Amino acid sequence: MALIEVSGVHVRFGDRVVLESIDLTVPEGEFHGLMGPNGAGKTTFFNVLTGRVKPSRGSIRFDGEDVTGLSSHRIAAKGVARSFQIMTLFDEFSARENVMVGLPGFRARGFDMHHAAAGDRGFAEKASEILVTVGLADKGDTRAKDLSYGDRRALEIAVALGQGPRVLCLDEPTSGLGSDGVQRLATLVGRLKGKLTIVAIEHDMEFLFSLADCISVIHWGQVVARGAPHELQQNEWVKRSNLGRFA
Amino acid sequence: MIPTPQSDSARLITPTMLVLWLVLATVPFWIARVGLYPYLGIEILIWSLYALAFNLVLGTAGLPSFGHGAYFGIGAYAFGLCQFNVVANLWVCLAAAFAVAGLAGALVALFISHRRGIYYAFMTIAFGQIFWTVAIKSHKVTGGEDGLLKIARLPADFGFASFDLAGNVAFYYFVLMVFGIAVIALWRLVHSPYGRVIAAIKQSETRAAHLGYNVWLYKASIFALSAAVSGFAGGLFAMAQLAAFPDVMSLHQSGYVVMMTLVGGGLVSFWGPVIGVFLFLIARDVIGAMTNAWMLYFGLLFIAVVLFRPEGVAGAIMAAWQNRSLNSMRQQGGTALRLLFGGGRWR
Ligand SMILES: Nc1ncnc2c1ncn2[C@@H]1O[C@H](COP(=O)(O)OP(=O)(O)O)[C@@H](O)[C@H]1O
Ligand SMILES: [Mg+2]
Repeated sequence: MALIEVSGVHVRFGDRVVLESIDLTVPEGEFHGLMGPNGAGKTTFFNVLTGRVKPSRGSIRFDGEDVTGLSSHRIAAKGVARSFQIMTLFDEFSARENVMVGLPGFRARGFDMHHAAAGDRGFAEKASEILVTVGLADKGDTRAKDLSYGDRRALEIAVALGQGPRVLCLDEPTSGLGSDGVQRLATLVGRLKGKLTIVAIEHDMEFLFSLADCISVIHWGQVVARGAPHELQQNEWVKRSNLGRFA
Repeated sequence: MIPTPQSDSARLITPTMLVLWLVLATVPFWIARVGLYPYLGIEILIWSLYALAFNLVLGTAGLPSFGHGAYFGIGAYAFGLCQFNVVANLWVCLAAAFAVAGLAGALVALFISHRRGIYYAFMTIAFGQIFWTVAIKSHKVTGGEDGLLKIARLPADFGFASFDLAGNVAFYYFVLMVFGIAVIALWRLVHSPYGRVIAAIKQSETRAAHLGYNVWLYKASIFALSAAVSGFAGGLFAMAQLAAFPDVMSLHQSGYVVMMTLVGGGLVSFWGPVIGVFLFLIARDVIGAMTNAWMLYFGLLFIAVVLFRPEGVAGAIMAAWQNRSLNSMRQQGGTALRLLFGGGRWR
C-alpha cells in the first residue's frame, strides 16, 4: 500500500478551477517530483495535501487512513511536514528555537505553562543536531531574520525535519538561490532521499531529474505527464516545453 | 542567545523582580512625603497586574484587544456580586472574579480566535461595548451607572491568622503580595513551552499549524487566560474602590491599558506594561495637578511611541542597561506592531 494516495482531487476558488482530478500515488521512500509552469496549481496541491485547503472533491489517504478535510495541524501531527515557497519562519526566534518549537516532543508539552522552555536541554540538543545536518551548525543562535537567504532556505528544511516526518513536502526549495545555493540544497536533499518519503516541487530541472524516482508534470491544474525522469524525456509535452533538456 | 537554565527566563524569581518588590515594599514609608498618597500605590499595583495580563494578548500573542476593560470590569462586578449573593469570603470572591471574567473571555474567544489583525481588534471592541452596555443597562444587578456600591475589603484569612485590609496600608501590602505571586506566575507562563508556542504563533500562524499546533485553541486559551487575570485585577480594584463602576469597561478606559502597555514597551519587554502604568498614573496625578490637559500630553507621547519608538520606555532602558542595541529593540518593536495589524500571513 502506498503511503500517499490522492485520488480525483478538485479545488476551486470561486468559479476558478485550480486543480482538476489530480491523482497521485507515492510509495513509502519514494522521491516524487512535481513540476509545471507558474500558476499551474502545484502549491495549491501541497495546500490540499497538508490540510490548508479543503478539496471540493476527491480524497487523500495517508498510510491507508482517509485524511481528506482534516485541518493542517492534525495532518502535520500524523507525520506530514512541509516547507514553503514563500519562506515561513519564526523570524524573531533563533534558528535553534525555530527547530525546537517543531519537535514533536516540544509539541507534546505545548500546554505546559510553568516549566521553563529553556530548561530542557534535550530539546536544544536535538534541535542543534538537526541544524548540523542542514549545515547550520554554527548559526543556532542567530535570529532567523538575520540569516542569509540561503541559510533561511536551509532552515526551512531543518524546521520540517525537526518534526520527524514520514513525508516531507518541499515547495521550490531552491527558489531564489544562485547556482552554489542550488548545489548546496541539492546535496542536502539528496542525503535525505531514501530516508523518508519526499514530494518536491521544483523548477530546477537538473535538481529534479537527478533526484526524483518519479515526476509528475502539472499544467492547468491537471497532471499532463508522469514517469521516471528518463521516460519523461520521451514525453511529447515535456519535449515541446523543452523542460527535459537538462536530464 | 539560547537561554541557559541559569538565565532569567528559567528562573522562578529574577533579580529584577526582587529589586522591584523591595522598592515597592518601601512605598508606604515615603509616598506621602513626596506629595502623593498611599492609595496611588494600590492603584499602580492593580493596574500593573491588569496591564501585564493584557500584554499576554497584545505583546506575547500579538493580538490587538481593544476591549479588555470589559474583563477588568466583569471581575470587579463578579467580586462584588459574589460578596453580596454567595459568600463574603475574600478567596472565594477573588476566585469568582478570575473565573467569571475568564468565562466571558472564553466566550468571546470562541468568536474571534480564527482572526488576527484589524478584524480581531474590531471584534474585541464590539464585544467590549456589548459587555459595557449590559453593565449599564442591568440596573438591578450592577447598579447601572451609579455602580455597585458598598463592596467591602474582606479580611484576608490565612487560617493561622486573619488580616484586616480596611486600611490602605494593609491593603497595599496585600495587593503587593498578590502582585508578587501573579508576576511569578506570568513570568513562568511566558517563558514556558506554552508561552513560546504562543510567541511562535504570533510570528507565523501558518508555520505553527503545519508544525502540528492547534492555532485556534492556543489563541482562544491565551485570550481567556488574559481575561481571567484581568478580571482578578478587577476584583482587587473593586476592593480598592469599595465599589464597581461600568466606566472601567468603556472603550476609552480600554484604550488606556493599550496606551500604557505600548508606551511602557510591552512589545519588547515583559516589564513594559508595568513601566507604562507607573508613567501613566503618576503623570495623571502630577501633570494632572497642574493642567487638565494631561491626557493630551500622554496622548502625544503615545502617538510618538507608535510612530517612532515602538520599543517604548522599556526598550530604551534595556538598550541602556543590558548593552543591547537600541536599533535592534526598535526593529523588534516595529515588527511586533506590524504583526499586530498586518493581518494574517497566508500562503
Ligand atoms: N487562496 C486562493 N484563492 C484564490 N486563488 C488562489 C488561491 N491560491 C491559489 N490561487 C490561484 O490558483 C492558481 C494556482 O496557484 P499555485 O498553486 O500557487 O500555483 P503554482 O504553485 O503552481 O505556481 C493561481 O492562479 C493562483 O492565483
Ligand atoms: Mg507555487
